[in-house]
Amino acid sequence: MTSFSPARVRADVPLFHRLVHGRPLTYLDSASSTLPPRAVIEAMDRYYERHHANVHRGVYLTAEEATADYEGARAAVARFINAPGGAEEVVFTKNTTESFNLLARSWGASRFGPGDVVVVTEMEHHANVVPWFQLRDSHGIEVRFIPVGDDFRLDLTDVDRRLEGAKLLSVTGMSNVLGTRNDLAALARLAHDHGALLAVDGAQSVAHGSTDVARDGIDFLAFSGHKMLGPTGIGVFWARRSLLETMPPFLGGGGMIADVRTDGFTPANGVARFEAGTPPIAEAVGLHAAVRYLEGLGPDVVEAHERELTRDALERLECTFAGRVRVIGPRDVVDRGGVLSLDVEGVHPHDVAQVLDQHGVCVRPGHHCAKPLMRRFGLAATARASFGPYSLPRDTDALIEGLGHALALFA
Amino acid sequence: MAPLDDLYREIILDHYRTPRNRGELATPPAHRVEGFNPLCGDEITLYLELVDDRLVDIKMTGRGCSISQASASLMGAAVRGKTLAEVRAALERFRQLMTVTETRLGEGGEPEPLDVRSLGELAALAGVVKFPVRIKCALLAWTTLAQGLDEARAD
Repeated sequence: MTSFSPARVRADVPLFHRLVHGRPLTYLDSASSTLPPRAVIEAMDRYYERHHANVHRGVYLTAEEATADYEGARAAVARFINAPGGAEEVVFTKNTTESFNLLARSWGASRFGPGDVVVVTEMEHHANVVPWFQLRDSHGIEVRFIPVGDDFRLDLTDVDRRLEGAKLLSVTGMSNVLGTRNDLAALARLAHDHGALLAVDGAQSVAHGSTDVARDGIDFLAFSGHKMLGPTGIGVFWARRSLLETMPPFLGGGGMIADVRTDGFTPANGVARFEAGTPPIAEAVGLHAAVRYLEGLGPDVVEAHERELTRDALERLECTFAGRVRVIGPRDVVDRGGVLSLDVEGVHPHDVAQVLDQHGVCVRPGHHCAKPLMRRFGLAATARASFGPYSLPRDTDALIEGLGHALALFA
Repeated sequence: MAPLDDLYREIILDHYRTPRNRGELATPPAHRVEGFNPLCGDEITLYLELVDDRLVDIKMTGRGCSISQASASLMGAAVRGKTLAEVRAALERFRQLMTVTETRLGEGGEPEPLDVRSLGELAALAGVVKFPVRIKCALLAWTTLAQGLDEARAD
């Protein structure tokens, strides 16, 4: 029986111990980046203070320790997402964006030609849109979009026609604007029925519920360390081993080769082939600590906690502002995560965020790197509040107080 | 961090609520130029009517935050009817006003006194520099104007 306590998680995060503008920090921007607990920071400090050396090279003690730390992180990530082939399927990248570029430039570019089809959705982050457009420009592929309905969920009425002849369906696990969660197991079946593979953008979903690539039948998964209580500078690209083995290197350089001669090179086998140059070692150590921390909380428990916060916030926003603050996203909390994109009557999102800042409330104004989705709903920007495992109902209190101030100031 | 009142001066809120010089001009004779702030989605379209070396009329459409819209409105009021030399001088002064310098961000963070008298109502935007993320908002109309003047001259 787990004894999850969001207040204890909050106490574990050093940043919550500082004041902003003389007020306690109300951090509602976890969809942008989560705040690391002390365990993550200390693991990285310990690594630099006790073990730091380059990996996969030296045979001295600290080099062996650093290599063990780095590879240990890979194993932990594999367990965390239930990778059927284990650590040999986990590639460390810089972030989700680089992971998608790896997928497009390596797997995509090596097999796609004119007329090949990649299907994405209207609710994707630019990281899962732009690399495919780049491939369209260089390889002549076709990029199709599954639309988003007025209920803020994928509109699958015409999906069979859209998936016809597709090689890949690439979707987000959870929209970073709407909070909508997609049924990945159903989408995997759909893709596979049409002879396509399924890639998932897990950036928003991995820290806020369980991720199981084997259970859901996912073929590729991308996510970032800093959105799951870990450090910036490290991301993950996961692919089934049978797929990874067919992929050529993306970045060339040291560490990714088996041999280099004056007439050419032979790439290394396994995941090393995709990790050119000195990798983010300390960041991998931090990510490992974050994985352990999240596992200790229990992904399902975190999901339930954030669902309750979202249900409460949706209700209170509605009864406090009666339509003057519109939530761009599902009104119910079924298949929905803790992201609240707000459209405040008569106040631009930048101004909303500026006033909220004076209340110590951190939200994100802008288009959230999802311009096709913003266009779909006729918006230039929203002010987005998003929850994490450390969020509490009093964060919603501060949000509502600040929104009231913003409405009054610009009335 | 500076208090919110430094940013949202009454003049700014007034120009945001009641923007001046809104609308369009026939093109030609007016020159039309668009500006975007890709980070926050602010957009502005300026219509510039130049006769000889004078900006005889300016109109604008667009949407965005209070700072970008108020800055555009204040800019229109400041440059309308002015000679191109005067417009460019105002542009340069405004850019200086919006520049974060090392000395300004030094200890205490208090800006060096800057002579804002020549700026008239535009001086209300002086507080924006204390909120560095918002500088791009304040500059949008001005960089668009600079681009428009260059294009109009090239036409």
